[in-house]
Amino acid sequence: MNALSWSYVFMFYLAMLILVVGVTRKIIQYARTPAPLKIPTTPAPVTKAGVVWRMATEVVLFNSLFKSNRWIWIFGWMFHFALLLAFLRHLRYVFTPDCLIWPLINNWLVLNAGKYGAYAMLFGLAGLLARRFLVDRVRYISSPSDYLMLILIMGIAGSGTWMSFINHVDIIQLKEFVLGLLTFSPQALPTDGVLLTHLTLVLILMVIFPISKLLHAPGVFFSPTRNQVDNPREQRHIAPWARELETGN
Amino acid sequence: MADYEIPKLKEYPVIPVLQPGVSAHLKPYVAKADFQTALNFPGELVENWEQKAIDKIGELKGKYRSLQVFLDSCVKCGACTDKCHYYLGTSDPKNMPVARQDLLRQVYRRYYTFAGKLFGKLGIPGFVGAKEMTREVLDDWYSYYHQCSQCRRCSVYCPYGIDTAEISMAAREIMDSIGVGQKYCNEIIAKVFKIGNNLGLPQPALEDTLLGLEEDVKDATGVDVKFPLDVKGAEILLVTPSADFFAEPHVDGLMGYAKVFHEAGVSWTVSSYASEAANFGMFIGSYENMRKVALRIREAALELGVKRIVFGECGHAWRVAYSFLNTLAGPFDFLDPNYPVPQHICEFTHDLIQKGKLKFDKSANDRRVMTYHDSCNVARASRMGDKPGGQFTIPREIIKAVCNNFYDMPPDTIGEATYCCGGGGGLLTDDLMELRVKGALPRMEALKHVVENNGVTHMAAICAICKSQFTKVIPYYGFKMDQIVSVHQLVSDAIVLTKQ
Repeated sequence: MNALSWSYVFMFYLAMLILVVGVTRKIIQYARTPAPLKIPTTPAPVTKAGVVWRMATEVVLFNSLFKSNRWIWIFGWMFHFALLLAFLRHLRYVFTPDCLIWPLINNWLVLNAGKYGAYAMLFGLAGLLARRFLVDRVRYISSPSDYLMLILIMGIAGSGTWMSFINHVDIIQLKEFVLGLLTFSPQALPTDGVLLTHLTLVLILMVIFPISKLLHAPGVFFSPTRNQVDNPREQRHIAPWARELETGN
Repeated sequence: MADYEIPKLKEYPVIPVLQPGVSAHLKPYVAKADFQTALNFPGELVENWEQKAIDKIGELKGKYRSLQVFLDSCVKCGACTDKCHYYLGTSDPKNMPVARQDLLRQVYRRYYTFAGKLFGKLGIPGFVGAKEMTREVLDDWYSYYHQCSQCRRCSVYCPYGIDTAEISMAAREIMDSIGVGQKYCNEIIAKVFKIGNNLGLPQPALEDTLLGLEEDVKDATGVDVKFPLDVKGAEILLVTPSADFFAEPHVDGLMGYAKVFHEAGVSWTVSSYASEAANFGMFIGSYENMRKVALRIREAALELGVKRIVFGECGHAWRVAYSFLNTLAGPFDFLDPNYPVPQHICEFTHDLIQKGKLKFDKSANDRRVMTYHDSCNVARASRMGDKPGGQFTIPREIIKAVCNNFYDMPPDTIGEATYCCGGGGGLLTDDLMELRVKGALPRMEALKHVVENNGVTHMAAICAICKSQFTKVIPYYGFKMDQIVSVHQLVSDAIVLTKQ
């Protein structure tokens, strides 16, 4: 174990701590903050099952975005779907062949979809970035951090793609490193420049997740305009702080 | 006619090129101290207002999940940028929903997020979209949060459902809390507290008006249709926007409600104490004031001993009634549980039509070729009937039951995609005339489309604000003010009165 491996072990634990604690705190904050009024964007489902369906179409298909702007939808959905494929492909670093779900991870479909999906991811990201530069309305609302966020994720996708197709790294040793992290028995990391770049960018992403707009991921589930049942006449909805006003007079 | 350019109506809607700052000068009059204090707000800009505004953001985001989630979640994708009628009408980029939200979000980011605090200390808060709370920011808030009609069109198209209405309500509440209120809204709320309605019509004036309407209907039809006021023991309490008592075409709608009640054979009454359906407390984001206004309806219902509450044609009022009334002033367990509380007059009329209890002579409306404007808050913030989307089908079914000629405007301008009239959300004031004219542009383009393609002559609406706004602004676009009608005006003209 060299100093480099040790520093990555340390940074991974730190980043993971920041990510988990940060996002958990945010989720707790969202869950605890009352929604005092019924504000679903109507027409809205009148049952809980309907809300689950509405949320599913939003999260899986980006339904509202589809209605809104086909270009953003195509680029955004491609990127996110490819992200899911890449995530599935990366599971093989975390699970071992004795796991029950191993055949679900280590198969032709998952591995290839994850591999070639990388191009879709880069394409989607490039499209989103191009819109930031080219569409005057989107350029107006973009801060430097909005560009950098896309470039960061493109860096992760790009370095990952590079390793899949051009500069293969020692994935056996990489897996040992990852399993070592999981079992708290640190192992050495392959000292490959592209891999280190890939991992460093991932670390940065993990750290900025809870303090940036990436919070849209947990946020969407708590959005009252999408997750409320349309039944205000049938069921009285009242927040604790609002109830206090009632006992006050 | 105006010292600004009236937008040209185009064949197809065009997304305008950004013209930064062109509508910065559009701001309503600031409320005087008396009207501020009547609502429990400071009379003028308080000392240390920057910090107090920042603290208020913290308080509100702790009380409203919507605000907290919406401030965090926007990814600046741009989906909403071309969805606001005020942006389409003015070309000012700060009227793009995301940019409007950012006026508040930048301050939130500066003082309540790690990234904003860090880059703020480094002197480059703008790097992460953060900004210090300054006079310039407050001026922007005052201009642009009074260029949002809280119509929720942007929230339909946002992948996270971010609703700029929630942000602009919060911003207005913050401004009120530091002593910078809007004259129009705050004066009106004070009037409701004092007299009972937005227009300040006292009981005797209301009584006179209603008697006058009885005479008008008697003269026109020969039938004694009653317009009861403060009648104890009536079955139905009608709560309607006070504009219905005298404004055109609103009052023709009120005659329609009265005739429908007459034919239904139910007793009903207006209350002078709660003679206002609209609740401007919502516009300024003040739960407390909204609740105080709403409680008047509960008190009136109890006092008069009614069994049902029916609301007249009014958009934002119906939002507060349908979505919030039970929360603000419920539970209504003292009313007849067989009917929804409250009920919309369109639900009431539609129900009778379904049961075949109303007789119409549709030819009475043959001089009209109709289209229908979905009012924003009815469309996207409420419902009618028991199925989602009833707010679109029920008014149309009523119109089709009483008119032979009906055509819808283009699909991307109606239903959940409807455009605001340009005067909602507390902006229906003469000091914002330029904004109102420009904000009406998308609806005017859609109207022009059906006028030219289908020979449409009239547009019906079910909102007091829409009706007032349109009668005022459509002359700027070459239409005539009497081309705007109430839905129940059509009912009134076609209904056959069978009872004496």
